[in-house]
Amino acid sequence: MLKKRKREGIQEINAGSMADIAFLLLIFFLVTTTMDTDAGILRLLPPVVEEEVDMQVNKRDVYEVLINDADMLLVEGEMMDIKDLRAGAKEFMTNPTNDIDLPERRRVTAAECNQKIGEYRSYVAGASDAEAKDGYQKALEKWEEKLEAVKLLGDFSELPPNAVISLQTGSKTSYDMYVRVQNELEAGIRELRDDLSKEKFGRKYSELDEKKDEDKALIKAVRLVYPQRVSEAEPVDVTKKS
Amino acid sequence: MSRFKDNSSKGTPAISTASLPDIIFMLLFFFMVTTVMREVDLLVKITLPEASETTKLEDKALVDYIYIGTPQAKALGSEPLMQLNDQFAKLDEIAGWVKAGEDRREEVLIPKITRSLKVDKETNMKIVTDVKQELRKSNALKINYSTAQAR
Repeated sequence: MLKKRKREGIQEINAGSMADIAFLLLIFFLVTTTMDTDAGILRLLPPVVEEEVDMQVNKRDVYEVLINDADMLLVEGEMMDIKDLRAGAKEFMTNPTNDIDLPERRRVTAAECNQKIGEYRSYVAGASDAEAKDGYQKALEKWEEKLEAVKLLGDFSELPPNAVISLQTGSKTSYDMYVRVQNELEAGIRELRDDLSKEKFGRKYSELDEKKDEDKALIKAVRLVYPQRVSEAEPVDVTKKS
Repeated sequence: MSRFKDNSSKGTPAISTASLPDIIFMLLFFFMVTTVMREVDLLVKITLPEASETTKLEDKALVDYIYIGTPQAKALGSEPLMQLNDQFAKLDEIAGWVKAGEDRREEVLIPKITRSLKVDKETNMKIVTDVKQELRKSNALKINYSTAQAR
């Protein structure tokens, strides 16, 4: 039977080498594929302000970190080694001893949130022009967020809204030093968040998953207590400052 | 003829390899889809600084890269230069580059675009600060300082 078919029709193509061809292609793509994802320190730049606003910022609310051209650190007017920076940033964020040179953390309670929400609701309802309404709406949302956080964390203390870690560099400062300083500041905040999250939820902040809905609220609450406040402010030539 | 028959009745039959090409093809398609072929040719030397507190940039399609470092070609001197896409660029070209990056993507995704700064660690802050200022002017505010993982 087999012999008969061979004579009549065309011979079938041998598919045995198909696997080899596919293997070759596969190996080519395996070699060319770059799987590694880019990682780094994420930052948000402040938008450009049209006109100079003379903001009255309390000195105690600013943690001033200067790096000079020789990669030396000047923190709050004093020389500092980079390995102390993390602790310094943490102290600034928490102000454990209620130092008058560090920002004053204010307690937020559920009662206060509820009261403010009520107030702003009536403002929003009674606002005459759209602009004012927008402003009230924003304030309302802020207080609602705080109430959410209080529900999750209990009463907490918040950083003043204009408290900021201000990082300034000279023009010859090396990028390596700059990233190391950013890294230390980031690490300080991350440690605070980790501790808080561990204490309240039994899990570290870095273990919370942003993609899960139930974790989202927790992340938001923790961020409200310890916000990311490293300022990428206008460049000031540090060397010219006396 | 009889020999064949004996074989099949005695030992275990050989595993059919007919499905092997299919399996390989499946793997092949997977890699074909995930491969990003267009890697920019670096014109500058970059050694990334190390950091431990890093965030992974999940969506590669929403990241644009700025490279800053000393040029690979010795003839161009040792001053750090900036590379956008495949060529060296001046500071005032950033605005156009940002615009081009935004035009390429859907409107809803524009605020999610991250500009990743791949900067050599020996670079002075001057050029980095200038680039950041240009990005601010073009309202490209989400940036990433690309780093290598510290051990």
